Amino acid sequence: MPMPETVSIPPSPPVDQVGIHERAARFASRSIKKEAKVQALKLTLSMIDLTTLTGADSPGKVKQLCTKAKHLADPDLPGCDDLPHVAAVCVYPTMVPVAKKELDGTGIHLAAVATGFPTGQYPLPVRLEDTRRAVEAGADEIDMVISRGRFLAGDLNYVFDEIAQTKEACGEAHLKVILETGELSTYDNVRRASDLAMHAGADFIKTSTGTVSPAATPEVTLVMLQAIADFHRATGKVIGMKPAGGIKTSKQAIHYLVMLRETLGQQWLHPDRFRFGASSLANDVLMQIVKQASGNYQSGDYFSLD
Amino acid sequence: MTTSPTLNFDTDWSYAPAPETAPVELADAYGLFINGEFTDAKAGKTFGTVNPATEKRLATVAEAGDADVDAAVTAAQTAYDKVWSKMPAADRGKYLFRIARLIQERAREFAVLESMDGGKPIRESRDVDIPLVAAHFFYYAGWADKLDYAFPGPRKPSPVGVCGQVIPWNFPLLMAAWKLAPALACGNTVVLKPAETTPLTALKLAELLRDAELPPGVVNILPGAGATGAAIVNHPGVKKVAFTGSTDVGKAIARSLAKTDKRFTLELGGKAANLVFADAAIDQAVEGIVNGIFFNQGHVCCAGSRLFVEESIHDELIAKLQDRMKTLIVGDPLDKNTDIGAINSRPQLEKIEHYLKLGQEEGAEMWQPETPVPARGFFCKPTLFLNCAQSSSVVQDEIFGPVLAVQTFRTFGEAMTKANNTPYGLSGGVWTDKGAKVFKATSKVRAGVVWANTFNKFDPSSPFGGYKESGVGREGGLHGLKEYCSLN
Repeated sequence: MPMPETVSIPPSPPVDQVGIHERAARFASRSIKKEAKVQALKLTLSMIDLTTLTGADSPGKVKQLCTKAKHLADPDLPGCDDLPHVAAVCVYPTMVPVAKKELDGTGIHLAAVATGFPTGQYPLPVRLEDTRRAVEAGADEIDMVISRGRFLAGDLNYVFDEIAQTKEACGEAHLKVILETGELSTYDNVRRASDLAMHAGADFIKTSTGTVSPAATPEVTLVMLQAIADFHRATGKVIGMKPAGGIKTSKQAIHYLVMLRETLGQQWLHPDRFRFGASSLANDVLMQIVKQASGNYQSGDYFSLD
Repeated sequence: MTTSPTLNFDTDWSYAPAPETAPVELADAYGLFINGEFTDAKAGKTFGTVNPATEKRLATVAEAGDADVDAAVTAAQTAYDKVWSKMPAADRGKYLFRIARLIQERAREFAVLESMDGGKPIRESRDVDIPLVAAHFFYYAGWADKLDYAFPGPRKPSPVGVCGQVIPWNFPLLMAAWKLAPALACGNTVVLKPAETTPLTALKLAELLRDAELPPGVVNILPGAGATGAAIVNHPGVKKVAFTGSTDVGKAIARSLAKTDKRFTLELGGKAANLVFADAAIDQAVEGIVNGIFFNQGHVCCAGSRLFVEESIHDELIAKLQDRMKTLIVGDPLDKNTDIGAINSRPQLEKIEHYLKLGQEEGAEMWQPETPVPARGFFCKPTLFLNCAQSSSVVQDEIFGPVLAVQTFRTFGEAMTKANNTPYGLSGGVWTDKGAKVFKATSKVRAGVVWANTFNKFDPSSPFGGYKESGVGREGGLHGLKEYCSLN
């Protein structure tokens, strides 16, 4: 083995790239119509982590996003009278207090990216402190990044430990571990990183920060879902999945749900087990919901851009 | 088997019906296609063809008798002598390109009809069958004016004459394309018999050939049953026979042709071994196993119907395979979400059910998912037989249905011995992450096609055919072209 690997977790099975691509394409050939489509659209809304992660974020911008999270669409629009709320709002740690105030009592989770998001290129104590402060400020979910450089260098022990320590720093908060699959280069690496994260205590595994291309792809998500299935069979634990970045349309989202349904089944078709990290997806889903109810597409001007 | 937490695929969210709506213009009755015209059978005989998913009659079709075969062979001989073998090769190629393009233009219509008449899911007829039909015509169209450069040596190819072709019901239009395209490219003319249960796409193809203004008599299409096939095969005017179907019929054809100087190719049965080694990418192997045996309801001569799993991963792999099988949708072939359509005919369903009973009586353990199956029509759930012995009937015999016989092996040598211990040798599959093992195993499996880390992949440029009782000769690629030429 070229990697100085001493982490004692079970070996990961190899992943065949051609096979993964074929299987992922097969999900996209499912045709989801009528009531099945409406159900999927509403499920998608309930699974969205509405996200703003830019240097330009301000309290005003975050407040606006939280309002959107609470009021997705005008309830008078066709089909929009009983919409679910999104799963969470996802912000930088400095914005947590603002969002906390807006979301208290709504049932919407508050996720903070931490541990030196998006690169993780900071000393571990700083990254752990970042996590603790975000939790103290009111985040009940932490989206951490792993040290991809260490992973690629073969230092899996370091990555395992940073995840385990971040989990400890989270306390009660749920931990989502971002693998940044776009930097891991192979599906074998994605699979290994997924197994590592789950064994180290991840509650969710997540594809991407959204700052690296490619972000979430159906193929990489499938590799991670299969890892979750194997982890469940081996340990009985139910780990969540969050593809993030690049999922902009209802059609894409529905194909992810098809993949989820046929890979993990009933237990995962729930916002506690599956999330979409997305910012522009919600409006496309709303537009489709209105279309299903009224037969017509509304102009984008009827849906708030936040 | 150890008990471990299981996944639940009985979900609150499932897919609504998504029926394919492309219209098909279907006549109530179809004649024989002889010399560019549709005509009734001289003896006036007809038979009905049904939709196996609904058991409803789709159309009445003329059944060709000896006199019709004679008329068709005469028309083919005339077309051969006067037009087709004399035509500049580049012009023959143009006709084939035109046919290929017309098939692409009407792909949706052909796909729907193929699913209606044969029972295969629209996903497969749309994504696999019809695109491959067009690809075959395109491929051989390209060879038409390059035949002089196709084979090594100084000898030049020339056509052989009238070809008699008899095709099966599992890939009706695709098998017609496999037969017609190379024959026509080389300058031969054809009398083709589609299968009794699936004549409609071949007859639609006849309409298309007429629209393509293919000269009359170059292709003649004669629906019928076994007697029609025998009349074509044994007609003295036929110079070359190509048959795809059962090994029993293939043997009968070989016996009758042994007395003649006719050329022949036979694509017969199979019982392919799909070998999964412990180092394989296991989830992708599961997918390959599913594609290997449940593609087209298992009505595939090269289906991976025998699964050999390295003992150390047997329980894990079978649990994953069973989970995957729980997500397969059995039902209306015209629904875009259907994974497993209808069994082609009632006799075929009865044959499969006979083996399901026999397998259990012989001591193998049968497993099927709790998938709902339509009440009407011919349907069979995807089925596993676990703990099979090499001597089990479900391991020995070609079932031609969605039935997989599972066995284990402990060593590489044992895997090869068991894989080759069969009268058949059409295809095989090898699943391993080790490149060296791929080459070692694929060279030892005695079968015409061996796939590594994939299964049931076809390409017009790749030859296909069997060892042992799986057949004689090759179709596809240059090998397939050579069967339709004389080298002088």
